[in-house]
Amino acid sequence: MITHGHADHARPGHRAVLATPETLAIMTARYGAGAGDRQQALSYGKPVTINGVRVTLKPAGHVLGSAQAVLEHAGERIVVSGDYKRRRDPTCAVFEPVPADVFITEATFGLPVFRHPDDREEVAKLLHSVSLFPERAHLVGAYALGKAQRLICLLREAGYERPIYIHGALQNLCDLYQAHGIDLGELRPATGKAKPELKGEIVMAPPSALADRWSRRLPDPVSVMASGWMRVRQRARQRGAELPLVISDHADWDELVQTLDDVGAPNVWVTHGSEEALVHHARTQGFDARALALIGRGDEDDETPSAQDPGAGQSA
Amino acid sequence: MKQFARLLDRLVFTPSRNAKLRLIAEHFRQQPDPDRGYALAALTGQLDFKTAKPATIRALIEERSDPVLFRWSYDYVGDLAETVALMWPAKPGANRPPELSEVVERLAAARREEVADLVAGWLDALDATGRWAFLKLLTGGLRVGVSERLTKTALAELAPQTDVADIEEIWHGLEPPYEDLFAWLEGRADKPIIDARAAFRPMMLANPLEDGELASLDPAAYLAEWKWDGIRVQAAAGGQRPRLFSRTGEDISHSFPDLTDAMDFDAVLDGELLVVRDGEVAPFNDLQQRLGRKNVTGRLMAEYPAHLRVYDILFERDEDVRNLPFMERRKRLDQWYQRIQPTRIDLSPVIDFQSWEELAELRGDARARGIEGLMLKRVDSAYVSGRPKGPWFKWKREALTVDCVLMYAQRGHGKRSSFYSDYTFGCWREGEDGGEELVPVGKAYFGFTDEELRQLDKWVRDNTVERYGPVRAVAPGLVLEIAFDAVHRSKRHKSGVAMRFPRVHRIRWDKPAGEADRLRTLEGLLDD
Repeated sequence: MITHGHADHARPGHRAVLATPETLAIMTARYGAGAGDRQQALSYGKPVTINGVRVTLKPAGHVLGSAQAVLEHAGERIVVSGDYKRRRDPTCAVFEPVPADVFITEATFGLPVFRHPDDREEVAKLLHSVSLFPERAHLVGAYALGKAQRLICLLREAGYERPIYIHGALQNLCDLYQAHGIDLGELRPATGKAKPELKGEIVMAPPSALADRWSRRLPDPVSVMASGWMRVRQRARQRGAELPLVISDHADWDELVQTLDDVGAPNVWVTHGSEEALVHHARTQGFDARALALIGRGDEDDETPSAQDPGAGQSA
Repeated sequence: MKQFARLLDRLVFTPSRNAKLRLIAEHFRQQPDPDRGYALAALTGQLDFKTAKPATIRALIEERSDPVLFRWSYDYVGDLAETVALMWPAKPGANRPPELSEVVERLAAARREEVADLVAGWLDALDATGRWAFLKLLTGGLRVGVSERLTKTALAELAPQTDVADIEEIWHGLEPPYEDLFAWLEGRADKPIIDARAAFRPMMLANPLEDGELASLDPAAYLAEWKWDGIRVQAAAGGQRPRLFSRTGEDISHSFPDLTDAMDFDAVLDGELLVVRDGEVAPFNDLQQRLGRKNVTGRLMAEYPAHLRVYDILFERDEDVRNLPFMERRKRLDQWYQRIQPTRIDLSPVIDFQSWEELAELRGDARARGIEGLMLKRVDSAYVSGRPKGPWFKWKREALTVDCVLMYAQRGHGKRSSFYSDYTFGCWREGEDGGEELVPVGKAYFGFTDEELRQLDKWVRDNTVERYGPVRAVAPGLVLEIAFDAVHRSKRHKSGVAMRFPRVHRIRWDKPAGEADRLRTLEGLLDD
């Protein structure tokens, strides 16, 4: 059972995969024949029973197709959040809290220093910078799945109508989002454009491309990074961001804490991030909370751009 | 406050000087008085809030957060102001966020016991970026990579005909929030009139002498002086209090009371600030003990006595002599000196020479005498601000060189952000296990052409052994010939030595790493 299509969750080479139709489409776009020998599509809210366990997928609000897994057996219910966020995202369905006995939650941003601001303000910062530096390109580093398309939608909502130039590693997934009815406006390949053509334009690429030789084709680029980690300045500086945007597809501290209340599960298992702090806080609120150590989990940072764009894969 | 916070937040991540200038200038154009004036004061280090202490802020956050979560957060973020800014709990129904001017004016007027409540109220009203900027302002030291001079340069962009020198000249007679200054820059008022003796006179600077340039110069048209290894200052006395200005017009009087106390005259002089003991100029390192200090102890002044060696005169009483030829000014300076006989001040002698060959020979001895090189000044040159080409040259002593091995490379910023362009290099020494090891001795990021940078970048990528964020460790395989002005002892560096002005002189693609120099060789070049 795969909650969503990020490479640290959806791996190639499974014999049987159960996921939302959107997640299966994403896996097929990324892995082709390696996306699973047998694929079982399960839409949001449609239960299926496997070995006596009733399984339902509910929206998680993380990326297109992302789901929580609701598992029911013998009158008990376990909800596995997968990666999630609570705020509005024009590219995916909003998180639906499901009351449960056991709630397994992620905690990527499980420290109270992580409080994501309004994403419209972050996008306004980018647009202000574009107007202030019309002779430079703005190179935005964003994950190829989810973040890039959400940011494009947010730019469109803010009234930005110019073509947006994209790195080759984004093409496939942008096409897939458009095919799912998410309007991204006019996108153009950034590769093969002469330098002067990209002055004053917004270019999107996977984060790794910012420090890569690939970026040398752009006119004096402003390196923009869209990530929840950008909240901490030292971290943003280490990543070489010149314009950090705090835009995340994960719940921030307040959302994590709020979700524990909304789900109301007496047992909380915390994984994937700063487990200790959220466990500590949940216990002070009366939850029976513990850290669930997952073996061999990766990180979204591990995602490398695909080999479609020459020179894109040189720095992971 | 919100706009000022945004400016600081943007500046802290912006490496390019031109981009910083544009950001600051835009802020001054867009923001109203008196907020922009206080922004100017903050960026130039003119604001000081003595009543607010880091302990006050710490106490406030501890009242509002779980101590365990605070400790983990502080460990993670590593900076108190930022941790508090990020953790501060949102307060529904808080007041509107304050303007910068409101913060500055109310804090200045607040009694000590009122400060904590004021600060807490503003932290409730501001967003995270606003809180961060506010706390930086409050605890002093914005550290956003903007110098006083860069800020004034941005200010000069408000008026197309104005040069930064025009602002520097009147700067020290002005007070925050500088409404008269903005009015003048925007053409709404005349240039502010200030007490002439508080003024900084923008300095005249020299160009480095290029190879072969001497042949085209007439030795009879120039006077020569030693180039002292101190810092260039302007000493202005005769007004309310004597002042010492740095080359960029910063008032550094507070660090040198021993010298300003001795400035009992009515003139503006140009000279070199030095530490001098028993008539001997001490190494630059000694002067460094005195720079940038707010409080100077008697012991420090006794151990590192400040001294001024003068070489030019700009004003004698209220007479502006800057338009006289240098030869005339020099005569005036000599006469002034004979008449006043000041203490802690002496004259930089004029060097007698007939030909460039004779002067070159004198320059050859400069290093042995602890002198940085020579200055050449045209006898007919007027004292003009900036760095005009032709009248003044600096002819530095020959650089030292040493062959080092490239150890780490870091990605640059801005145009160089995709290039590994900052290089840390080392020399060989015997390790604790008896084997040979490299120890870092310095860092350089210029001295090579764009083509060489491309080759170095490729070499780094091809020879990486480990990565730490933007830094790569490389296999010991590339020798860089490093040129530097001097090397001195340093407790802060693992090697125990630190280089002054290191740069990549040549890339020794041909030389095996094992044949690079040893730390001992570098230690043999120590000058103190």
